[in-house]
Amino acid sequence: MDLSYFFELFVGGLTRGSIYALIALGYTMVYGIIKLINFAHGEIYMIGAFTALIIASVLSFTGMNPVLIFLIASVLAIFFSAAYGVTMEKIAYTPLRGSQRLSALISAIGMSMFLQNYVLLAQTSDFLPFPELVPDFKFLKPVEHLISSTSFLILITTAIVMVLLTYLIKFTRTGKAMRATSQDAKMAQLLGINISRIITITFIIGSSTAALGGVLISTHIGQLNFYIGFIAGIKAFVAAVLGGIGSIPGAVLGSFVLGWTESFGTGYISSDYEDVFAFLFLIIILIFRPSGILGRPENKKV
Amino acid sequence: MKRLFAVMLIILLAGSMVFAGGKKESGTIKIAVAGPHSGDLASYGLPTVKAAEIMVEKINAEGGLLGRQVELVIEDDVCKPEVATNTAAKIVGEGVVAVIGHICSGATKAAMGIYNDSKILAISPSATNPALTQSGDYPNFFRTIASDDAQARIEVDFALDTLGLTKIAVLHDKGDYGKGLAEFAQKFLEADSRAEVVLFEGVTPGAVDYTAVINKIKNSGADGIIFGGYHPEASKIVSQMKKRAMDIPFISDDGVKDNTFIKVAGDYAEGVYASGPMDTTTNPLTIQATKEHQEKYGEDPGAFYLNAYAALQAVFNAIEVAGSTDYDAVTNALRTSYVETTLGKIKFDSKGDAEGVGFSMYQVQNGVYVELK
Repeated sequence: MDLSYFFELFVGGLTRGSIYALIALGYTMVYGIIKLINFAHGEIYMIGAFTALIIASVLSFTGMNPVLIFLIASVLAIFFSAAYGVTMEKIAYTPLRGSQRLSALISAIGMSMFLQNYVLLAQTSDFLPFPELVPDFKFLKPVEHLISSTSFLILITTAIVMVLLTYLIKFTRTGKAMRATSQDAKMAQLLGINISRIITITFIIGSSTAALGGVLISTHIGQLNFYIGFIAGIKAFVAAVLGGIGSIPGAVLGSFVLGWTESFGTGYISSDYEDVFAFLFLIIILIFRPSGILGRPENKKV
Repeated sequence: MKRLFAVMLIILLAGSMVFAGGKKESGTIKIAVAGPHSGDLASYGLPTVKAAEIMVEKINAEGGLLGRQVELVIEDDVCKPEVATNTAAKIVGEGVVAVIGHICSGATKAAMGIYNDSKILAISPSATNPALTQSGDYPNFFRTIASDDAQARIEVDFALDTLGLTKIAVLHDKGDYGKGLAEFAQKFLEADSRAEVVLFEGVTPGAVDYTAVINKIKNSGADGIIFGGYHPEASKIVSQMKKRAMDIPFISDDGVKDNTFIKVAGDYAEGVYASGPMDTTTNPLTIQATKEHQEKYGEDPGAFYLNAYAALQAVFNAIEVAGSTDYDAVTNALRTSYVETTLGKIKFDSKGDAEGVGFSMYQVQNGVYVELK
């Protein structure tokens, strides 16, 4: 087969996988800590994108440098989404902690619908254009046919986020506390770890990466509406399950695998079946490794 | 005795024939309006009834057609083929000259054979099924709306004749509208030797990005794209293509010929082609027809009102031109003489489709869709 075509599809899958990864991180971290599938996570991604759009639109009137606008919009979007994430946790999940897992799940689905409709009513149901803030990188000119500036930005940002997150979890006190909570919340509490604080931090991190994903994908495709979080959220959830939910490297790996499956499936077979490939692959993986590629079988705690 | 009976029967029959004939030449001219006038699809049929009422009132006030008053026969078919056959039989029994209708393609198909056997012509303002005209089964059928494949036709013609494309990628959004259109486009392209379809693909609406599909288009060596679908997908594909420095013509449809497309795609929308209904908003007849409706009914006209209005204009004109209500003369007049209508200047081709009704190509130029003549 044509090698350069293969490489194009590879890069395309990597870009898509990076976006999934930024969202999937939130799913997997929250699941790792409180065993809850936060279905409203895709909505946080959407809110991040919307916040960035609003801030960017306001700032563009000041005639500021687009790159600066992009940075400010991203940072504020992250703060805003993190605030949403934490508020969501306090309103919808904290009161249900200790109750059945199904109750919290229903609460999460309700939250997802609420946020979607809230944005629909407060903003608009129309598609909105996202301003072009990322400049055309000069050094990418020779490989322009292969990778666009925005894809490049997505890859680089995702890589940086991965490194930072790995550092945070492996080498800081907070990270250690998070890992402890994930392994055994009760024991961690007995040893003096403030579980509520850890959960809040988890939501902040998860929401931040999702918001970053939202901002990046919006600059990449140049449009958004209130519904973008749903499909992206479902795909990221699939990616997290594929990699082994609860496992951070698993979520990243799962996202890339999903991105490549879709990209190569589209490229070599047909895009009519893009979603079919994604879910078929999920089923095959789950048949052979029920807890995902890197997931560990859940040990029942008595 | 038997002979007397036979003679009487002959006299009776002859009398009835004379009577019928006499009625045909001197009484009112009957025009039927058939379509859904009740049920959940009534909103498609009732505007045609209103158009007919307005037109008939107007022409009768002016002294009628050929000096005879026009009378309406209004029959409901509820959009159902099985009801439409009864409706048609009833209309045939009324001795009408022409039928305005039916509205739905299925019902129209069911009724048309009955009219054809009785030599009654029908003009539908809304039945878009391509086979109605293209099959050639119904020489009595005409319509004042473009058929479903007309958009695909104009897009393909534009791609081949105007742009001279040779390798075309046909994409769609997997929806009824988009996929149907793309399939017609594919069929037309395959029937033409000047170009080949190098790619036929459905994209997933709402997907995070379309990089893989764009790679595939590029790899296929296409020199143009025909896309069937709506503007959200189109704007994503177009802007991602242009960001990757792929600058090949993008031809799309009515679902993309929307200002939201330009708003969302911004500068990337420049140069995109889309087909859309011909612009009739500045036509004085259209403005007048709308005004008449507002005056009589106190509201804006509904679906297919202008098409029905044009159908009546065409029938009245054809009867005037033919100088009689004879089937052959009237259908011939419909096919040969142009008439000014709310849809512009039209006549019908040999198959019954209106020439001059339908779609034009538009291009985004400086942030607005401009009709290409």
